[in-house]
Amino acid sequence: MPVAVALVTLIVVTWLINDQFLSAQSVKDLMLNATILVILATAQAVVLITRNVDLSVGAILGMVAFSVGAFFEAAPQAPVAVIFVVGMLLGGLLGAVNGALVTVAKVPALVITLGTMYAFRGILSTWAGSKQYFSGDNPASFGRLSVETVLGLPIITLIALAVLAVVAVYLAFRRPGRDLYAIGSDPDAAKLFGIRVQARVLLAFTACGALTGLAGVLYASRYNSVGALTGSGLELDVVAAAVVGGVAISGGVGTVVGAGLGAVLLSTITSSLTATRVDKFWQQAIVGVLILAAVVVDRVTAIRRANKLRVSEARDD
Amino acid sequence: MKMFSQASGRRSGRAVGAAVAAIALSTALAACGSVGGESSDGGDGGSDAGSIVFLPKQLNNPYTDVVLGGGEDGAAETGMSASVLGPLEASASAQVPFIEQATQEQASVIVIAANDPDAVGPSLQAARDAGAKIVAFDSDTNPDYRDLFVSQVEAKDVALVQLEMISEQIGGSGDVAILSATATATNQNEWIKFMEEEIDSNPDYSGINIVTKVYGDDDADKSFKEAQGLLQSYPDLKGIISPTTVGIAAAAKYLSTSEYKGKVALTGLGLPNEMREFVKDGTVTEFALWDPAQLGYVAAFAGKALADGDITGAEGDTFEAGDLGEREVGADGIVIVGPPTKFNADNIDDYDF
Repeated sequence: MPVAVALVTLIVVTWLINDQFLSAQSVKDLMLNATILVILATAQAVVLITRNVDLSVGAILGMVAFSVGAFFEAAPQAPVAVIFVVGMLLGGLLGAVNGALVTVAKVPALVITLGTMYAFRGILSTWAGSKQYFSGDNPASFGRLSVETVLGLPIITLIALAVLAVVAVYLAFRRPGRDLYAIGSDPDAAKLFGIRVQARVLLAFTACGALTGLAGVLYASRYNSVGALTGSGLELDVVAAAVVGGVAISGGVGTVVGAGLGAVLLSTITSSLTATRVDKFWQQAIVGVLILAAVVVDRVTAIRRANKLRVSEARDD
Repeated sequence: MKMFSQASGRRSGRAVGAAVAAIALSTALAACGSVGGESSDGGDGGSDAGSIVFLPKQLNNPYTDVVLGGGEDGAAETGMSASVLGPLEASASAQVPFIEQATQEQASVIVIAANDPDAVGPSLQAARDAGAKIVAFDSDTNPDYRDLFVSQVEAKDVALVQLEMISEQIGGSGDVAILSATATATNQNEWIKFMEEEIDSNPDYSGINIVTKVYGDDDADKSFKEAQGLLQSYPDLKGIISPTTVGIAAAAKYLSTSEYKGKVALTGLGLPNEMREFVKDGTVTEFALWDPAQLGYVAAFAGKALADGDITGAEGDTFEAGDLGEREVGADGIVIVGPPTKFNADNIDDYDF
């Protein structure tokens, strides 16, 4: 996988320039930084594979993160596990709204989720106003999730890896998971084949929303404050991570593991540019080049595959 | 992108309709989110006392909210009707449409905190041509485009108090870094410049070395990562100065969860409510700020005095700023509100903003 090679190269080169880059604290920071983006990229990949896209994830994350603060304000004694359920339900609900609009209205997801992105953000802005919740307002055990480690891995990183593994297995080996690829490759053929396209797309959006909700809960644990602007602009980073990780925006191609690696790569670039003291204004340009490179690699392999198929078919005749 | 191709033929009309609906919806939501429009009960719009429009760097920012609260109190006392307009995002050009809107509404005073000193210039000029008085507060515009600048404190005092605190906290010498807001922010850049000049000229600070300046763009996530990067790139770093409330809170959150807690000093300008946790857990010893409400309050009175023609913004002009008493216009049309306050474990619970 080209993205894995790029990631390893990046880490090694940065480490050669600045040996602090792989100090214990720094490795922990790298993992923590990537965690939330990995979950978001996994979620986005599920939707992208069906030849759709969800641009409202930044707004969903903000909404859930803010509701975590509101929840703990109302119920400071509630067990931490409850907020995970609440966050994923809220995220899943917002995702289902996207899914329902996309499947019922038959309007491209790009337009629908652009609309819901503003709508969700608007609702959040109205709800939150200038109110912010700080990490000090939450139970200490909730904040510790993003500090404490098990076997050297931060707890929230373990959560992200578990999510990634479950989704990867589901997409690779379960019938509904395989259906998502079929839909993304050719929606009309999938329908003729008897796949319940609408139900599956609705499922994909709901799953994306629920996982984004999980990311929102973790965001509230990790960062100091959540407010009306939390998560804005994140959607493009997420789509970029998935695309860099080999998930085709035209659907049907890619894996969540690839998307997860893409997320790790993008978040590590930021850290390694700071560690090597490269001007951070370069960072966006580098991300842009990576996206273009990913698309070119993708296109070249697709053409080669098509050529090979043509040759072998010709031989069979 | 195949996503677009679904919108071909018969469906395209519907797609366009949905797009228009989405845009209309988002505009409406953005409008209720971004245009505060909350007129205080200082009088009806267009009353004799005139109207004052506050244009902060961005809305939904807790610091801005305290400033605006003071501004609305001040406006109510002067009898002007107040409203708040502004973008949700602190970017250079985002304020321009709101200045134009204020001009169309024939505001008698526009009070603005500029995201960029020059980007807002032409539209402020147009507002002045239409008869509005321009008061800059918090972050100055180019002086050509405003009548007065109401500054929290003497810029130099803000710089010095931060330098004094960091020097105390790192024991007088060592490497420090600055974590600022945007690279173009007028106020932060001015304080940083004063700090650098003071380090160069004052022998008390000769041991302090500013190794780098980084910018978190007043975004919690970016500031957080910049703080991480600083500690990674400069293993000998002894302290961080963050002259912005978003930056200092993000850096404090990072330090408090890392091995650097208590080892690397952090100071700068912060909001007591945001920093309380970190002062109590020992991450931060002391930081400073002014009372933001007074800033808005004085700006409202300054605007009223300009609109009434009591002052012109010339050096030596004086006006009454309600409960705070008389204020004098200094050189370059600058009005100073008051000295900065230091917050530490002993007094932080006395403040609630």
